[in-house]
Amino acid sequence: MIQEPFANGQSWIHQLDPQKRILFAVIISCTIAFIQNISVLALAVFFAITLVCMARLPFNNVIKRLAVVLWFLLLVWIVMPLTFEGEILYQIGPFALSHPGIELAAQMTLKSIAILLIFMALVATMTISVLGYSLSRLHVPDKLVYLLLMTYRYVFVIEDEYRRLQTAIKIRGFRSGTNLHSYKTYAYLAGMLFVRASVRAERVHQAMLCRGFNGKFYSLDDSPANNQGRKFSALMIAFIVGLVSMEFLLNGYLL
Amino acid sequence: MDTCCKKKEVIIQLEGISFSYPGSSQPVLDKLNLKLYRGDRMGVVAPNGCGKTTLFNIIMGLFPTDNGSIEIFGQPVQSQKDFEMVRQKVGLLFQDSDDQLFSPTVLEDVAFGPLNLGYSPSEAKAMAIQTLQDLGLSGYENRITHRLSGGEKRMVALATILSMQPEVLLLDEPNTGLDEKTKARLVRILNKLDLSYIVISHENDFLYETTTSIFTMENGKMFPGEKIHRHHHEHPHIHHHGGEPSTLH
Repeated sequence: MIQEPFANGQSWIHQLDPQKRILFAVIISCTIAFIQNISVLALAVFFAITLVCMARLPFNNVIKRLAVVLWFLLLVWIVMPLTFEGEILYQIGPFALSHPGIELAAQMTLKSIAILLIFMALVATMTISVLGYSLSRLHVPDKLVYLLLMTYRYVFVIEDEYRRLQTAIKIRGFRSGTNLHSYKTYAYLAGMLFVRASVRAERVHQAMLCRGFNGKFYSLDDSPANNQGRKFSALMIAFIVGLVSMEFLLNGYLL
Repeated sequence: MDTCCKKKEVIIQLEGISFSYPGSSQPVLDKLNLKLYRGDRMGVVAPNGCGKTTLFNIIMGLFPTDNGSIEIFGQPVQSQKDFEMVRQKVGLLFQDSDDQLFSPTVLEDVAFGPLNLGYSPSEAKAMAIQTLQDLGLSGYENRITHRLSGGEKRMVALATILSMQPEVLLLDEPNTGLDEKTKARLVRILNKLDLSYIVISHENDFLYETTTSIFTMENGKMFPGEKIHRHHHEHPHIHHHGGEPSTLH
């Protein structure tokens, strides 16, 4: 189940203009993705944590979401230092930990944590429908926006249908194995799921037509954003400029 | 039936409507005629696969007809543009409420129709809240649609149609899959509405309580059915409804 545990807060960030939040989240993420210097990345993580604190997100949920990425990063930490070629930092028995490998793993870790936290603070703090409408107002193509909204709504229905089909298979004594019968059954299952999804899509579209849908989504949310928008923009721009200039200074490009 | 002296207005009139699914030689509807007057509450009862749902889809302009003419509120309708007008005045309740509820929250879904009709967000919101209140669904505004129970989904789906303030309802098996309590609630709501409607149902009891005339379908045509009588149970029990003959078992 997709839940929106962060969307219902009352913080300063929650009340900001959603479009501005999306825009800055994207720009900052791109900036962070290009930064190489570890200290600058550490600063970005610190800033991201500050934002999360400002949004007053429930700590447990933040950790839970981070955990998903941390597992992936753990894998990176196991593989990268061992396999990357370069100057050897430690030698533990037959295993050699390379310096560039560790550096790369550290960069990836800091980058992903920073970007994830920033998205949690700025984007996850709006409901999926607000996100959809804001994207549409930011001139993201309407088709992509519908895709997002409809996927969010129907992923559960399709999951439900998948479970029903699975039960139907199970109660007739199907046991999965490495044989043609199993593969065929799974192919039928997948095929049936697609057929049902497309038939449902057609009915949903008809239902929307019946209610006067003409290709345009309207937002119910007409509450004006608070007047902290400028402060927020200034803060974000200062942060981006700070990150970029530190990156250049520390890497000696400007000297 | 109504004994008004004024000639009653025909609001939906189908004449000679035929329809067959692509690749099928057997027509689902075969020169079907239908007349719905203002104030009519028509029940349609027929076996599965008789084309009842198809009929609704044709009235709404979702399926193209092979031939015949459709007049709604006295206006002939043919093009998709004509049907856009129809959809503002005729509300269709789908068999599967999951098809009807596609917005993340109940309020957004109920306000979807009014927004499409051109009402401002605040007006649409007020209309949605009022409709929910009328149906006894206050407090459901921020519920997540896909997490509602089956009965709740049906009620909210009805709200999404009523919020558009239609003049006619087409209800496709509205009572299917509902428990007795929810069914009774639906009967109360339908009886309170001052609207004309056509109801498809397999349950005679339900039609008895919500409609004034019954039609059946056979071989792609509609026939007036007998005015159904309440199904009498064989075993003794107390009837809650008034107006029953005194010959209770």
